[in-house]
Amino acid sequence: MNTTTTRPATRHRPGTPRPRPTRRGRRVVITGIGVTAPGGIGTPAFWDLLTAGRTATRTITLFDPTGFRSRIAAECDYDPTTHGLTPQQIRRMDRAAQLGVTAAREALTDSGITHDAIPPERRATTIGSAVGCTMGLEQEYLVLSDRGRHWLVDPDYRVPQLYGYMAPSTIATEIAWTADAQGPAALISTGCTAGLDAIGHGYQLIRDGSADAAIAGATDAPISPITVACFDAIKATSPANDDPQHASRPFDLDRNGFVLGEGAAILILEERTTALRRDAHIYAEIAGFATRSNAYHMTGLKPDGREMAEAIRTTLHQARLDPADIHYINAHGSGTRQNDRHETAAFKDALGHHAYTTPVSSIKSMIGHSLGAIGSIEAAACALAITHNVIPPTANLTTPDPECDLDYVPRTARTATVDTVLTVGSGFGGFQTAMLLTRHHHRGGHHD
Amino acid sequence: MTDPTRRPLITGIGITAPNGLGTQAYWSATLDGKSGLGRITRFDADRYPVRIAGEVTEFDDTEHVPSRLAVQTDHWTHLGLTAADMALRDAGIDPAAHPEYQMAVVTASSSGGTEFGQREIEKLWTRGPSYVGVYQSIAWFYAATTGQISIRHGMRGPCGVICTEQAGGLDAAAHARRLLTTGTTMVVTGGTDASLCPYGLVAQLSTGLLSTRDDPERAYLPFDTDACGYVPGEGGAMLILEHPATARARDAHPYGAIAGYAATFDPRPHPGHPPTTNLHRTITLALDDARTTPDQIDVVFADAHGHPAHDRAEAQAITTVFGPHAVPVTAPKTMTGRLYAGGAALDLATALLAIRDGVIPPTTGVRAADPACEIDLVRATPRDGPVRNALIIARGHGGFNAAMVVTTP
Repeated sequence: MNTTTTRPATRHRPGTPRPRPTRRGRRVVITGIGVTAPGGIGTPAFWDLLTAGRTATRTITLFDPTGFRSRIAAECDYDPTTHGLTPQQIRRMDRAAQLGVTAAREALTDSGITHDAIPPERRATTIGSAVGCTMGLEQEYLVLSDRGRHWLVDPDYRVPQLYGYMAPSTIATEIAWTADAQGPAALISTGCTAGLDAIGHGYQLIRDGSADAAIAGATDAPISPITVACFDAIKATSPANDDPQHASRPFDLDRNGFVLGEGAAILILEERTTALRRDAHIYAEIAGFATRSNAYHMTGLKPDGREMAEAIRTTLHQARLDPADIHYINAHGSGTRQNDRHETAAFKDALGHHAYTTPVSSIKSMIGHSLGAIGSIEAAACALAITHNVIPPTANLTTPDPECDLDYVPRTARTATVDTVLTVGSGFGGFQTAMLLTRHHHRGGHHD
Repeated sequence: MTDPTRRPLITGIGITAPNGLGTQAYWSATLDGKSGLGRITRFDADRYPVRIAGEVTEFDDTEHVPSRLAVQTDHWTHLGLTAADMALRDAGIDPAAHPEYQMAVVTASSSGGTEFGQREIEKLWTRGPSYVGVYQSIAWFYAATTGQISIRHGMRGPCGVICTEQAGGLDAAAHARRLLTTGTTMVVTGGTDASLCPYGLVAQLSTGLLSTRDDPERAYLPFDTDACGYVPGEGGAMLILEHPATARARDAHPYGAIAGYAATFDPRPHPGHPPTTNLHRTITLALDDARTTPDQIDVVFADAHGHPAHDRAEAQAITTVFGPHAVPVTAPKTMTGRLYAGGAALDLATALLAIRDGVIPPTTGVRAADPACEIDLVRATPRDGPVRNALIIARGHGGFNAAMVVTTP
């Protein structure tokens, strides 16, 4: 175990506690990426969309949204048949599971992990989802209740997969089967931070020796009437129905709520020496992960961003990095009035004056907010930003909000050195999550 | 967890079970063999093939949860909030006096706020989108219980929500244990579930694994030649997991410690081939993690599915590790039904009570043990004797396996 650092101790800010040495021991790298997102299926299409600054938000087509307050969403043009799912798989799985399995297959192929390198019992499965199989649950409810007519729903019309829709853990089951993973498996469901928390969970399982690899990521397919209606009820989503392409406006003065999305991203996490031994391509290293709760309100955010700032500071301590080391912040940037202000305050609190010189962007401006899935999709974007040295933009940011006064990379992608990325999530329940990704160096590096 | 002095301690227990509300009531009912299974009362179940369940009938939501909070949350969260309150009181913890970022909440959930969700979805489809209530978005989703406990008690540490169906209670406690190694000093953990509404019950029916017998005493008989599936239940348990240093510093009275844990996932079943399971490997890994040998285990709390094939697979896993009839095995969940996310949490609490009192609670109802299950099943009445180390086994639908070893403090 390596306990020394080439980084001088003076890098620690005076007066701050010496970071816990959590970077000792097993390190975790990303060796595979799979993304099923609005605007194009697969990682290359996803990265094209982000770097072009195109938006994939549109009028809802998955159901007739007439009568709803918000009638727009970022939908995946996804046909499970063309992505190789068999008729039985399609029948068995809710759309969320289908999107997840497709992303998992891409990630597994991309990573090239083999049974020899990582046997099934050393593979963990950690999948995030905020609302699980809502779409299947709602569709089957309509049949069993005959469109709401019967509170005592009719059992004779139940389908065999109905329990799988009610218990979201079946999504993790499907992905574990896809990956032939027989180590620890779980579905993580911390609302809108589930995607980052699931990757963090996989990271922790590898670090503590419970697994050598993790199929880690998240999926959500919430574009169904009940989910759209529940966000309508609290006016969380954007009612900009006349101009869906420009409806998701993080950090813009004219923002008026988030645009619901769907999708999945799966990362293959690997213990570093295993990845090096098989000469795997390494996108990035996970250098820190922390989550905190605001214990304030299930949906409301205090404007000071205090708990998110605490989560960010904790990841910096874990990674032995300073605010000045961060090259890019992938924001939660949902585009609600309160979120973007909350988050801006959190960055200032955690990074001090460096917050003003660090590029920040929200890809939700382009692919909407896919609840639990988005944290994983954003982590994938961060790994790609490091790989390509390109920072994706915040689309639709034309009129800056004076209360949001950082560099949000408006509308156009930016080429820059991107060695260290902070990505954050914030969600219902008051959960605030931060993760640091760093460029991986095969030899040396600040923690070797 | 090689160093016993560093093992996380369980210092508080709160129980909302069908056969007893509160630890005292539950434990005496369990030792007396008093079952909480009965005819479903929450709705008219006459037309359904399953009419027996374990309901927490003593629980009055309005009595235990402040009305403002009660309307924002499902029955499942009411049970969770109540169990968390009980556990904190039992542990003697005043959250306001505890460092905010060192307290966390990690709960298991299996199906979310099913009854709340059914009411709102009914409003949507019978009256229209504008009739869906403002609390649907925070009551139905799986994170509701963790979020509400965190808010109620000002716990600002790393909170979590684990869904592994019936294995969730152990997986949540294991995640809580992990948090205690990285700066958190106290975690509210465990799980509850409550899917006894019409849609929830019909969804459970779809697996074909539920018992359709109408006699509550003969409906759920794991490891019996007459086993015919399981009875669903509601409720569960919350536990306070504490860092040993802080627990000792405040002179807490721990029930016991988590000594070891492991989780695995089963291989994908192939049609025409007998299913294979990683359950025995899970048990072995948990014993290794606890640095415990099979002969040191005084009791096994079985998952006890109630479906003959699942019971035999579990019995075989136990005998593979321990040998035939080599260790007492019990499943007091015959008196509560399977509580999903609450099930393994309640078994964990029960194992700690068995350690405290030196008594193994019985598996009620079993008359004719299945000869294919070569286990020493503790039947009918409790068995006295010191319990130093207990193993808890839990399996979640779809392939999740978990095992945990708890020990004297």
